[in-house]
This record gives sequence, structure tokens and C-alpha cells, in this order.
Amino acid sequence: MSATRAAAPPASRRPTAGVRPAGGPRGSTLLRHLAVVAVAALLLVAVSYGLEPFRNFQLATVAAYLCATAGLTVLTGLNGQLSLGHGALMAVGAYTVALSQNAFADRGVTGQWVLPISLGAALLTTVAVGAVIGVAAARLRGPYLAGVTLAVAVVVPALTVTFDGVFKGEQGLPVPVEPPPAALGPYFPYERWQLWVAGAATLLVLLLLGNLVRSRFGRTFRAVRDDEVAARLAGIHVARTQVLAFVVSAAGAGLGGALLGVLAQSVSPGAFSLTLSLFLLMAVVIGGLGRLAGAVWGAVLLVVLPDLTHTVSDLVTLPPAVAQRLEGNLPLAIFGITLVVVMIAAPGGVQGLLSRLGRALLARWRPRRT
Amino acid sequence: MSADALLAVHGLVAGYGAAPVLHAIDLSVPPGAIVAVVGANGAGKTTLLRTLSGMLRPAAGRIVLDGEDLRGVPVEQLVRRGLAHVPEGRGVVGELTVDENLRLGGLWRRDRADAARALDEVYQLFEPLARRRRHLGHQLSGGERQMLALGRALVGRPRLLLLDEPSLGLAPLVVAQIMALLRRLRDSTGLTVLLVEQNVRSALSVADQGVVMALGRVVAAAPAARLRDDDDLRHAYLGF
Amino acid sequence: MDRFVFLTLDGLSRGSVYAASALALVLIWRAARIVNFAQGAMAVAAAYVAHSVTSATGSYWLGFLAAVVAGLLLGALVDVAVMRLVDHRSPLNPVIVALGLVLLIQAVLGMVYGNEYRPAETPFRRTALSVGGVAVLSPFDLFVFATIAVVVVGLAWIFTRTAVGLRMRAAAFAPEVSRLLGVNVGGMLTLGWALASGVGALAAMLVVPTELGLHPHAMDLVFVSAFTAAVVGGLDSPPGAVVGGLLVGLLLSYVSGYVGSDLTPLAVLALLLAVLLVRPAGLFAPVAARQV
Repeated sequence: MSATRAAAPPASRRPTAGVRPAGGPRGSTLLRHLAVVAVAALLLVAVSYGLEPFRNFQLATVAAYLCATAGLTVLTGLNGQLSLGHGALMAVGAYTVALSQNAFADRGVTGQWVLPISLGAALLTTVAVGAVIGVAAARLRGPYLAGVTLAVAVVVPALTVTFDGVFKGEQGLPVPVEPPPAALGPYFPYERWQLWVAGAATLLVLLLLGNLVRSRFGRTFRAVRDDEVAARLAGIHVARTQVLAFVVSAAGAGLGGALLGVLAQSVSPGAFSLTLSLFLLMAVVIGGLGRLAGAVWGAVLLVVLPDLTHTVSDLVTLPPAVAQRLEGNLPLAIFGITLVVVMIAAPGGVQGLLSRLGRALLARWRPRRT
Repeated sequence: MSADALLAVHGLVAGYGAAPVLHAIDLSVPPGAIVAVVGANGAGKTTLLRTLSGMLRPAAGRIVLDGEDLRGVPVEQLVRRGLAHVPEGRGVVGELTVDENLRLGGLWRRDRADAARALDEVYQLFEPLARRRRHLGHQLSGGERQMLALGRALVGRPRLLLLDEPSLGLAPLVVAQIMALLRRLRDSTGLTVLLVEQNVRSALSVADQGVVMALGRVVAAAPAARLRDDDDLRHAYLGF
Repeated sequence: MDRFVFLTLDGLSRGSVYAASALALVLIWRAARIVNFAQGAMAVAAAYVAHSVTSATGSYWLGFLAAVVAGLLLGALVDVAVMRLVDHRSPLNPVIVALGLVLLIQAVLGMVYGNEYRPAETPFRRTALSVGGVAVLSPFDLFVFATIAVVVVGLAWIFTRTAVGLRMRAAAFAPEVSRLLGVNVGGMLTLGWALASGVGALAAMLVVPTELGLHPHAMDLVFVSAFTAAVVGGLDSPPGAVVGGLLVGLLLSYVSGYVGSDLTPLAVLALLLAVLLVRPAGLFAPVAARQV
């Protein structure tokens, strides 16, 4: 039974950055996380003033992806369930926020409180969808689970065309978003505001997930991942744990998708294809399965790598047709190769390599104990 | 250590991971002999056979089959050099039919005609198998599976047969039949057998020589009759 | 009634392609315990090879041959160069690697051929022949049936009647014992990958002309259907894959004919979920379940 269950690669089984065994009383963990988040928020605000608008926008996109990759990390890395359908869950969040924002706009309802309500609605809808998939997923193992979630990833975007009365088919929906609050002044750059919104939401998600990972739930997640039978013998309700992990993970993906829609101010099925789901999985794997810190690496990579290939192809003069083909596909090819190579050579991912490197350096600097 | 041994093992060290299970095993099997390796559970008997047939890579030592060092010879080549290994639990492929299992034993042979002859001989040798040709491996009884595994090894006309616990889970009568059969085969074809057994009595009853293993070492090697009859040796190593 | 006959025959034609794809999945699953999620992408790559060869030579049949050969080689390459190196202790790993291959293959195809649909050639007309005033099958449909029938019978013959087939089955079921009996287990595994990928390529050649055309993502939905077919039949059962493929083909044809073609993806998902939740081992699970 447990042998067919998707399990994390051995390298990530040891306690790691996000997953240290209880070190100190519970309260201090929350305080430490709060402190980290506060520092990160301050840094983010400072950075948002230092960067040009486009970079702010990119950073906001990283934040949106981070919601999704962090959610997927909890699911795949900590709970051992593979999901190829998180791109579809992001689509659910994005379309919900679009429908909600349009509904408010059509009725002439305005105010800064509208967006949080829409984001909340997106979160709840995705949680509901995630729960449905999660209940099915809890009964499936290994390749079967992968196959079903793959089907979800392929089918959900197609639904927007099936029900194009609501979702407007390939063309998609606009996401009307209000300008920054007047209190920030008339010349406040819109992109900086986007970063603030996305950053705040993402830091909240990370805070919650970070605490979840260290909590009793986090431990049951890992116990189920490592050995279902042992977990069951230890009194853990395996199916319930798996559904819970899926729901939490879906919430992250839904919020991430919603933020992505808000940032782009439109949603369309093309943005949530199977490729996006594979991207997310790749980001999580390359970042390092089972580490929330790895999710950050993955999210950064998702934004930086296409940008980088864009820059590179700009440097080389190519016929426009060739350049266009390269730009769209080169990042994909790099992602694919990286995914294969990382899985073969370093299943612990970037964060795993960094931790290993860190430990090696520490061991060298620290005087040897005998 | 006789120079004309069919199988000669020198200082063999092997195991799983860092801790060796076998510590410097020396062993010699003369051609045409039935040698029984006996010893308690965990003595390293199965590990010895697995190392001999290449499933485990030895950490040190030499395995020489008919004057040829087997180091670096891949597992799937050993059968071509006349070594057949009937693994513990018999290794009958449950999803294949009896006939397919048996043919599998001769697939590597170039001499198709002789492979077919060998197949016929095995069917004559094991009547029950001939009656159940089309049955799947997992439909057979324990005794039939042992016959099938043994027969499949014989289809390859091996010179040296490694048998791991052929008596495991079988009724005493069936065990006696199988042991008698080994003896008959040795007498009629000159087959050499290295037999690993926990069932000491029946193993020593059929063997020419006995080797006693304990905790990964050979602690005694003597003619089987002597091991059988020498009370001191028996008490010391075999516990009866 | 006429419509029903037409939809049934059309469904069987489509289903026979799913059957071949599902068969390819089952072959690798039985041999390596891997569901080859890259199969669709690999098959599309082979179809692009056919496209190039046909464009260069003007011969459909040379292209067809090239696709099959490319499929065989690609399968062997994926096994030897990639899958063999993956740590199989966690079943997650081969799945993730296969998905990496999907990204890579589709991206390379996009770079070489561009991300637009290209019309796929057919050797026969696709307009349906009429029998007694009822539109039944097109010559291309007949070609599909014949090809798949040859493939299915051929595979069955290889696996049950030839020495190589016996070796492949033995290597899949009991690798350790097979090695002791002189079977080159690694080689059989590579051969299995090659065969499966060749069959997948063939299926792509037969299905791509009936869809929108050649595109790096042309097999995404087909793969989902094929996976569903394999699950319906039970991942361990080759005859089950064939029956499952035909069933999925029929279902999709009826749904698209009577309800609406937009709903076919949803129908596949619903079928997949229903089968997995009700009978996860498939409708044709072998009597003696394997201990995995």
C-alpha cells in the first residue's frame, strides 16, 4: 500500500529548513515567524520604492506564483501527493476573482474593501473545488493520482470554452481593479500598489503555511507521506489528512491564481494550460520538495527564467520569426531539462543543495569536536 | 583446496551495505559431488548463494568456476557457463504458464534441438508438470513449484546447480522425493549440486559433503556421513 | 438510427487509436512500473518527423515509416538516457521526470516547427462512404482499423508466441529470476520502451489528421483519453487496454454527437474519476492481483 504511494525523494526526508523537529515551545515558533514576516514586509516596501515599476510588477508576479508553489510544496513535498492540476486550481481562483470583480463593477460598487472580498471568494471557491478533488485524490495512489490531476489540468481550461456564456471562451474575462487608495498620493505608481497587495497576501499565506508545517498537522502530513501504514497505526486518519493537505494546497493555488488575474487585469484559458501546472511542479521540484524556502526559489525561477531568455534572445540578432519561436519555447525547454536533470542528479532541489553546501561550510568553519 | 574443484571459493567477503555478512568464506565443490551447506537461520547461507550467482557483488575474495574467475561476469552470463541458481522461494514466475517457465530456462541456448530435448526430459522426470503444462505458475502447489523451479534449471543442462532451501514449506514426503531425485540426477548425469538447507537431516542424508556455517563463517567442512554420525560436531554446530 | 450507426462506427475508429495508445502505456507500465506521461509528446515528435520526411520526399508512406522508426528510437533513447538513471524508489520520481520530458519535447518541437497548427496528410480520403444511403466509414477509418488490428495482433503474437516476447514478459514479472535464467533484463526493458513508443507514434499518425492538425500539444487530450482507456481496462491488462480504448472512443463519439463536442473533455474526466473511484483496478483486472 504505502509502496505505491507517492513519497518524497529520500533526500528531503531528513528534517530540513522548514521542517525542523520541534525546537522550543510552540509560541516562540509563531513569534519567530511573525518577526520574519514583519522584516520581509518592511524589506518589500523598501524594495518597492527602490525598483522601477516593471520590476515591481515582476516581483508581484513572483509573489503570486509563490502562493501556488508554497501550496504545492505542502501537498507534494510534505504530504507526498502529486498534483498536476494546480494550474487548473489557479484558473478557478482567477476566474472567481474576475467574475466577482465584474459583478461588483457592474453594480457600481466601489471601495478598497471590494478586492479583499473577491480574493476571499476566490479562496473559498478553490477550497471547495480542492476539497472535491482531494476526496477523490485521497483514494488514489501514485500514477493514478497523477493521471487524474493531469486530466483536471487539461479539462478545466477547456471548460471555459464549453461554457463560454459565462467565461467568454478563449478571449477570457477582464478583471477590473481600482487604482491605489487616494491616501497614498496622486502619483503613487500602480505597479508598486500591485506589489503591496500581492506581497501582503503572499506573506500572510506563508505565515499560515509556515505555522501549519510546524504544527501537529504538519507532522501528520509528513507521517502520512513517509509511511501510510505506520501513520494509520499511530492513530492518524490518513484519508482526512490527505484531504486536508489538498484543501490547504488548493487554497494557496487559488489565491495565487486570483492574484495573477488581478495583476494581469484579465484572465483567459491560455494562461492556465497544462504547461502552467507542469511549471508549478517543476518550480517546486527544482526549489526542493518539502521545503517552503524551496517554493520561493521555484517562484523566482518561474518569473526570472523567461525574462532571462528574453534578454538573451534580444542580445543575439535573429530573424523575428525565429526569435519569436525561441522566446516562447526556450524557457520551456530549459525548464524541462532542468526538471529531468534535477530529479536525476539532485532530488533535493536548489534548497537541498544550498542546505548541503551550508552544512559543509559550517562543518569546515566550526572547530571539530572530538 | 583441491585444484580440480568445479567450484572454488577463496576468502569471499560479501554483504549488504557496510557490514559484511560473509567473512572470508573458503569452499570447494568437486565435480559430481553434492555439497550441503547447513547452519542456523542467519548464518549467511542464502547470502553465499546470492554472491556465487552474482546477485551480490563480493567485497573481496575469488569465485572460480571450472578454473575461470567469475569476477565481473554479469549475472545473465553465468547460466551460459553452466551455473544454475534456484533461488529461495523458488522463483517460479507466477504470471507465466508451466510450459513458459520451463522454456525460459532454455531460451539462452544456441542448440535449439537439445533445448527441446531437455524440455521433454524434464516433463518425463516430473510427471505432474506435464499434466499442468498450461497452468499458470501461481496455480501450482508448493511441491509442484519446487519441481518447476528445479526442472527449469535442468532445461539449461547446468554443470553446477545452486539450490536454496528446496525443502522450505514442503511436506516431508515431498522433501524426501526431491532429495532422492538430486541423488539420481547426480548419478545419471554427473550434475554437481551445492545445496543450502536448514533441514539438516535431509540435506546431510543426500549430500556427499557437508559444510557448516555459523555467523558468516565456515566452521566445519567434512564428509556428510561424518557430520551426520559425529555426535560432538552435531551438538556443537547443529544443535541436535 | 443512421446517426447512431455512424457515431458508433466513428467511435470505434477513434477508439481503436485510443486502444493503441493505451496499449503502449500498459506495455511500459507492465515492464517498468512507470506510467509514461511523456508518451503523447514523444508520439507527436515522431509525427513531426513524418511531416518533415513527407514534405521532403512527397511520400506519405516514407513519412509513416519514419514516424514508426523515430518512435522506436525515441523510446529506446528515453529509457537508456533518462529513465534508467532515475531513482525508482519513489514512484513520484519517474512521473516528474516524464513531465520534464513533456516540457522539453514540446518546447523543442515549438522551436523547430513553430507553435501553429499544421495540416496533417492522410493517405486516404476522410469523407465517409455510404452504404445504402447511410454514411458509415471513410477509407481513412478503414485504414485506421486495419493498422490498429495489425498492431494489436502483432503485439499479441510477439508477446505470446516468440522467444523475445517470453523474455520480455519474464523480465517484467520477475527481473531477478530472469537474470538468473540468462535474460538480459535491461535490454528487454529498452526493447519494451521502444515497442511502446513505436506504437504510440503510430497512434499519433492515425489520430492527428482527425483532430485540428499537427501541433506540439496535439496529443495532450488524446493522452488523457488513452490514460483513461488504460485505467478503464486496468493498467496491467493489454486486452483490457484495447477494450478500454474502444469504450472511451464510443463514449466520446456519443457525447460529442448527442450532447456537444465541447463536453468530450469533461466526459473523459468523469469516466476516469468514476472508474478509479468505483473499480480502481480497472474493469478487466487479472484474477490474481500482483503484489506490488
